[in-house]
Amino acid sequence: MMIQADVTIRLKKGMADPEGANTLKALTLLGFKNVKHVESMKTFRITLETDDAKNVEDEISEMCRKLLANPVIQEYSIKIL
Amino acid sequence: MKVKDIRVCVLRLEGTNCEEETAYSFRQLGADAEIIHLKQLTGDVREDEKRSLGDYQCLMIPGGFSSGDYVRAGAIWAARVKSAIGGDLIEFIEDGYPVGGICNGFQVLVELGVLPGLGGTMAAEPEIALTINDSDRFECRPTLLEHENTCVFTGSIPVGMISLMPSAHAEGKLTLPLGEEDKYLGKLIDNNQIVFRYVDPDGEYSGYPWNPNGSIYNIAGICNPEGNVFGMMPHPERAYERLMLPDWTRNTGSSNAEEYADGRLYFASVLDYVCSKF
Repeated sequence: MMIQADVTIRLKKGMADPEGANTLKALTLLGFKNVKHVESMKTFRITLETDDAKNVEDEISEMCRKLLANPVIQEYSIKIL
Repeated sequence: MKVKDIRVCVLRLEGTNCEEETAYSFRQLGADAEIIHLKQLTGDVREDEKRSLGDYQCLMIPGGFSSGDYVRAGAIWAARVKSAIGGDLIEFIEDGYPVGGICNGFQVLVELGVLPGLGGTMAAEPEIALTINDSDRFECRPTLLEHENTCVFTGSIPVGMISLMPSAHAEGKLTLPLGEEDKYLGKLIDNNQIVFRYVDPDGEYSGYPWNPNGSIYNIAGICNPEGNVFGMMPHPERAYERLMLPDWTRNTGSSNAEEYADGRLYFASVLDYVCSKF
């Protein structure tokens, strides 16, 4: 069966986020005065074909450890769609 | 061994763009540098194109934008190396052969877990990170580097000498685990692993733009505790000849004009090391 999951990689709390800070500045310059904070994050939508639905999350966690996230600066969350 | 017998592997992947200058620098000094694709080491090529790390005495991972810098700069290259030839690389490093990473190559060595190498030759997960520059921009500018500790790539550079080498990167801010910065920094200092630090023209540890990325402790390059794996963000291969420097047109013809720039010492040092050790 086909399973889809969204894997979101975000910076750990307290890590500098120049991309978010720069976007906040740009939005403010564009006149969006209500914007108080912007955080950047990245989402990968992964489609798998598997007969082993209950281990999908483990498999995706392994993908995060091996490639998608650097644990020094990032954390990840997995949402099965 | 003699310089002419030294085989240098300059590894490339899709998106690498500094392999020619890196190989050129080694060839100018008399070594036999070969540019090969990662697939030639992993065996996914014709028989006559296959290579093995054991064919070489030095491995270089040059600069560029491997795999489009997707996911994180260097992450895809590192993951592919680790899964296909991780064991060979560990053996190569433990045998004392030099491994150098420049710019994107430094990012690869960090993502591979071979730098800083505090938890063994190749850690299971990265121990540090090279993150987006504080300026949130690609920074391309000449940088000044103070040589603080010697590794196998800097044996010919006097400690304290300030070298001019250009930086050109978007993700070069050396970042240590949050809340444990002092502990990690202390280890790097105690192990003499901090090779180059960014300075200003007065030799002071200044902020931006002399530190182009906001790197902690102005770190520009680090080696492993043994000193045979070395990664740096600035480009020695873009400072090999005098004419590569930004001010060369103003200084040509003067009696002081030297033919070579500071980056040449990087390549000369590692070849000296290989000659004396093997």
